[in-house]
Amino acid sequence: MAGITEGVIAPDLVERTLATALARGGDFAEVFAEDRQNVTARLDDGRIEELVSGRSRGAGIRVVRGESTGFAHTADLSEAGLRAAAEAAAAASTEAGDPVRVAALSPGPTPAPTATVLPDTVAKDAKVALLMQADVAAREQGGAIRQVSASYADGRRRVLVANSDGVFAEDDQVRTRFMVSCVAEGDTGLHTGTEAPGRTVGFELFDEIEPEAVARVAADRALTLLRARPAPSGRLPVVLKRGAGGVLFHEACGHGLEADLVRRDASVFRGKVGEMVASPLVTVIDDGTMGREWGTFAIDDEGTPARRNVLIEDGVLTEYMWDLVRARAEGRPSSGNGRRETYRHLPMVRMTNTYLQTGGTDPDDIIAGTEYGLYCVALGGGQVNTATGDFVFGVTEAYLIEHGEITEPVRAAQLIGNGSETLRLVDAVGNDFDTWAGTCGKDGQGVPVSSGQPTLRVAELTVGGTAA
Amino acid sequence: MSESLLDLARSIAARAEPGEQVEAYVSRSRDTDVKVFEGAVEEFAVAESAGVGVRVIVDGRLGYAWAGSLDADVVADVLGEARDNARFAAPDEWNGLPTVDDARAIDAVDLELWRDDLMSVPTTDKVALALELERATATRDARVRGVESAHYGDAAVESAVASSLGVESSARRTICSCSVSALAGEGEGTRTGYGFSAGRTLAELEPEIAATDAVDRSVRLLGARPIPSQRLPVVFDPLVTRSLLGILGAALNGEAMVKGRTMFLGREGEEVATPEFTLYDDPTNDLAFGASTHDSEGLPTRKNALILDGQLLQFLQNTYTGRRSGKGSTGSAVRGGYATPPGVGSRALVLLPGEHTPEEILAAVGDALYVQSVSGLHSGTNPVSGDLSLGAEGLLVRGGEFAEPVREVTIASTVPRMLQDVADIGSDLVWLPGGAAGVTLLVGEMAISGV
Repeated sequence: MAGITEGVIAPDLVERTLATALARGGDFAEVFAEDRQNVTARLDDGRIEELVSGRSRGAGIRVVRGESTGFAHTADLSEAGLRAAAEAAAAASTEAGDPVRVAALSPGPTPAPTATVLPDTVAKDAKVALLMQADVAAREQGGAIRQVSASYADGRRRVLVANSDGVFAEDDQVRTRFMVSCVAEGDTGLHTGTEAPGRTVGFELFDEIEPEAVARVAADRALTLLRARPAPSGRLPVVLKRGAGGVLFHEACGHGLEADLVRRDASVFRGKVGEMVASPLVTVIDDGTMGREWGTFAIDDEGTPARRNVLIEDGVLTEYMWDLVRARAEGRPSSGNGRRETYRHLPMVRMTNTYLQTGGTDPDDIIAGTEYGLYCVALGGGQVNTATGDFVFGVTEAYLIEHGEITEPVRAAQLIGNGSETLRLVDAVGNDFDTWAGTCGKDGQGVPVSSGQPTLRVAELTVGGTAA
Repeated sequence: MSESLLDLARSIAARAEPGEQVEAYVSRSRDTDVKVFEGAVEEFAVAESAGVGVRVIVDGRLGYAWAGSLDADVVADVLGEARDNARFAAPDEWNGLPTVDDARAIDAVDLELWRDDLMSVPTTDKVALALELERATATRDARVRGVESAHYGDAAVESAVASSLGVESSARRTICSCSVSALAGEGEGTRTGYGFSAGRTLAELEPEIAATDAVDRSVRLLGARPIPSQRLPVVFDPLVTRSLLGILGAALNGEAMVKGRTMFLGREGEEVATPEFTLYDDPTNDLAFGASTHDSEGLPTRKNALILDGQLLQFLQNTYTGRRSGKGSTGSAVRGGYATPPGVGSRALVLLPGEHTPEEILAAVGDALYVQSVSGLHSGTNPVSGDLSLGAEGLLVRGGEFAEPVREVTIASTVPRMLQDVADIGSDLVWLPGGAAGVTLLVGEMAISGV
């Protein structure tokens, strides 16, 4: 017991804290303790600009009574500090009641380590050396590359979750990411290209990815934009290259399938379980157990083991995503989607690794079958209004498709559409697949997620380009 | 309280060894957040957070470390870690902390940004305000079928910075706000509207205005549809103008300038906007929610003119970018918190308001698209190329009056082009949270993509 977070907080202290939290009554209490370490190194203009390291540890305590949640957190993990936070959480949840007994804590299995090479066992010079390699490789892509910046980031997050239902679970989450951004200069001005792979692994990330390869992708993206012409505008067929468009489905349908938003009537998918909401070619899955993807973990931030959840199957809405509070209120199990940014935040329903399942069409045939349209190779961020389903997406690398062939690159533009409409307009799904790592910022809380998809075509999306 | 933080920062800075510059930043905040739903408290969170960030510069090498704690042993570790980190950075001749002379070159303004009475507001009043906000929103108009969220939040933040060169400052501020999102219409015809109110203490909040805004903004979009692609003048709501100013602030950032990553590179002195366009960053104005007496390196803030009568005057600078560019600091160091070293940024962007009311602007333009909200600001704007493409919703303006509601269109241009196309700036200046003031803005023509 308490192998991973040993020394952070003792199990008997956890039990006493839960008892304090429920001393004024309540249906449920939880202690979430977290110890995190982060290192970031940045290179700019060929020089290591800074190395930043940090550490924070603390605990968040919540007390749930009916539909009401009281929450307090503390960086003081002493008995007194935890008691004060537990009392504050108890006082914050509404009217008092009778004391409630806490179930005996039953430790879950200790998860397998996510990292084979823990970041803090790697010398700092080895981390900064990767940045120098990326810088050289990016500049070798051509004289038009004016600036190169790169960053290396690792984070280790050890968590313990215990609750009054007897859950006692731990996880040791290690993530590593490498980012290169290049600016190219030409007759058309300055253009930026970025590439930023990340995985839920330690320093062994660099057995899989080469800093030089990341740098070349970023540099080529910037160089391509030099010869790009303004993007078209209006409604067009849009082909999304494998990996590039998963984030669109994260925004366009994933958020609307989060049970907290469904409850608020802030989702176009409310009341539609069992209905056809997408093209029959579309199967969407959220899977927190997926390989070592960026959104993978052993347990979510409420102690529920990660799961693979089918959300849409052959176009039919099968299930929403749930956290513990929503699941308890509706008498069903959590789907392992309760996540929070840090111990200072309350958990809510969040995605993990969300992807559209591979189909049967050769990606080349999808392009060949498109008379005129946009081929998107990289998307930037996006945003959705879950209540209406309206979304926007920045396209950062895209090409025209003319007479079934990829022709000229076009400049950055926004894609705009409606989630449920876009799901219905998917008319070709490829037999390839890739993923993309990002940060989801729901309600201002950032958590690592990935999204994935095969090459696919949406029959029509509005492209907000500047071409006349 | 701030005194003890300043003492702690001084004690860290005092541990600098010969040849070393050390700067410590410490902060503490107390926050309350209340969310209500369907007449009941859904979440009530109280929190106190504190942390320290230490910057060490040795031989031009910069190291930074932080911790989410003010415990003595943790603080000692942070200093040691920052020192170690400095060994791995490349020397940079421009790295260095501000000097006492830098700090004395200008007098700090006197601002009262703290309200003691927020500290004594009972939690029941905070809950009551959120509940009233939800009720007022839900009952104002029959077409509103629900309230997606109603929220009250406040924060009391204290911070101090001290350096081994003797520069120091401390500050404290309170802020509180309430916000609400209304749902009007049914199913896929649902429209949402957002309203908020902000102040430095609860008594300054106006939940009625937040409710009215949220309701009006949702119901007036009912039945909205895309319009055909075309070019039209665009009138921006003050809330949207605030966001657009944020793009300018990021492009007029000294860090972007010294790294060559801004559309305004080398354009100081040029006419970059129409002559009516004057943009300041003014953290010395106590009406601004981003007001501050000192920047994040302890230098006094000042009112900086960025674009004056259409002419680009200067970029915002901190000590590093000010030295590297030879322009000097403009007192514009900012931090995202104790976990990040000081960067450069705006705090209180504000346009010089014009003479016309929003109604007069609409009447004069005749036909236009009025943009109530935009989406994809982050993904749709490129501070380097200046390309801009945003999702938009709002209302058509026909004969100077609001006409059909519009959604699912994009508006596109480039930032330099928009600045040249600014046709009018309203008289309706309003300070908003989010680092800028809002005002109605008319841009002569933009490309609209729809059906």
